[in-house]
Amino acid sequence: MWKLLQIELYKIFKRPRTYISFAAITALVGVIQFGLKVDGNTYIEFMLRDLSATLDIEGKVLNGYLVCYIILQLLLVHVPLLITIVAADLISGEANMGTLRLLLTKPVSRTEVVVAKFLAATIYTFMLLVWMAVLALFLSLLVFGPGDMLNLKSGYIVQLKGSDIMWRYACAFGFAALAMLTVAALGFFLSIFAENSIGPIVATMSVIVVFTILSTLDIPVFDAIKPYLFTTHMIGWKGFFDVKVTENNEAITGSVQNMGKVLQAAGVLVLHIVGLVAASIFVFKRKDILS
Amino acid sequence: MKKVIILIGLMMSICINAFCQDVTALVKKVKAKLDKVNDYTAYGKMKTDIAFIKAPAGKVKVLYRKPNSFKLKRENGISILPKGGVSVNMSSVLAGENYSVIPSGESIVDGKPVKVVKLLPTDESGDVVLTTLYIDEVELLIKKSITNTKENGTFEMEMKYSTYASYGLPDKVIFSFSTKDYKLPKGVTLEFETGDAPKQTLKNKKGKVEIVYTSYAINKGIADSEFK
Repeated sequence: MWKLLQIELYKIFKRPRTYISFAAITALVGVIQFGLKVDGNTYIEFMLRDLSATLDIEGKVLNGYLVCYIILQLLLVHVPLLITIVAADLISGEANMGTLRLLLTKPVSRTEVVVAKFLAATIYTFMLLVWMAVLALFLSLLVFGPGDMLNLKSGYIVQLKGSDIMWRYACAFGFAALAMLTVAALGFFLSIFAENSIGPIVATMSVIVVFTILSTLDIPVFDAIKPYLFTTHMIGWKGFFDVKVTENNEAITGSVQNMGKVLQAAGVLVLHIVGLVAASIFVFKRKDILS
Repeated sequence: MKKVIILIGLMMSICINAFCQDVTALVKKVKAKLDKVNDYTAYGKMKTDIAFIKAPAGKVKVLYRKPNSFKLKRENGISILPKGGVSVNMSSVLAGENYSVIPSGESIVDGKPVKVVKLLPTDESGDVVLTTLYIDEVELLIKKSITNTKENGTFEMEMKYSTYASYGLPDKVIFSFSTKDYKLPKGVTLEFETGDAPKQTLKNKKGKVEIVYTSYAINKGIADSEFK
């Protein structure tokens, strides 16, 4: 199994397209950081315009923690598309090249092949997120410096102490890993049905785009279906950036406003991953390999 | 009859004038006490209680220099304060002589009798329209003030004194003020629905900032750079 995993990782990282994702994230994070460094105060003024009418906000609002939050908010909607490029190609790419039949002549079970390929996709996803964390969090802290973070929500603002943020990001990236693995599992599952990579990649992207739009549209008619869309739960990482308050409305350091909901969202994503991987094994074991 | 009315009017005028002079003298005494402080650096703990803000309590450094330089810094952090409110320091309110003093009776604050005095600014271009002071006549301390402004609404300050009462500096200040609504479109924030309505999780609707001072360094001099 370990040997199989090594082979799969070799195949993933041998392809130039794998590095497109790393390059894209580097470029996107760099562009956002550059923009915020040059003209970030205008952005902050726009976000705080309602607040500035009655309140004076003193201190470094645009710091590394907020910049990382802005980057994650923008990128975690688009990173799934980069994950799909690799995950949805794992089986269909082999089928397209005609190597799938050859692979299955080796003395390994189909289940092992599927598990090894999904584990390789998992490692790729983790590496992409670690790269994103290095750039979005650590580089932002280096460029913009640390400080308290203002989380601007639609109805209220959460102020987090600088010393109370790093663990939240660790949890947020852990949660993001689950979200990205769900996407990888979906792309992987769809790749079993195709003989070329384009179909499952486009199909996975389409599902994500449609579901994301339905999840974020603030129209009541879609409220009933939102809990059933995995994209609704993918933004659960934001739950770590909300805190409980005392009777005197004082934020409780180290607390999470609704941990139950966050864990529920994580649970839904885990169920999706397990379900899709199990379905992939089930379908792949019964598939006629003709290419 | 006409003479009696004129006499009563004259007596009332004399009484009011005497009363005005009385409160003007009181305000001058309070001002003289506050004037002993040329500058101070104070350290304390600030709590923010605004309906739409969840903020933790944090340590603050407050700087003041005559006549009206004021700065509140939260160490490594962000401070959210009522616009123009916290900077309304009692020394800066009484600085100069650009106000008329109007006696407004007596009241009780924290179980103690106080004189109520209204200060009407003579300069109409300023933001402050009216300041009401509740002064403890015995200790010469301002226990409470209500400031009405043109741009920033009304805010109230309640002050508790202890260690630094001889300088007229409070150990605890509570600012109360009214706030406007805060709203951002959900399309901008793309937020995770936790099902908790802000009104359920945030208890109060009126804004309040409380500063409890732990120490003051009085008349030690403060560099200009500290106020930038």
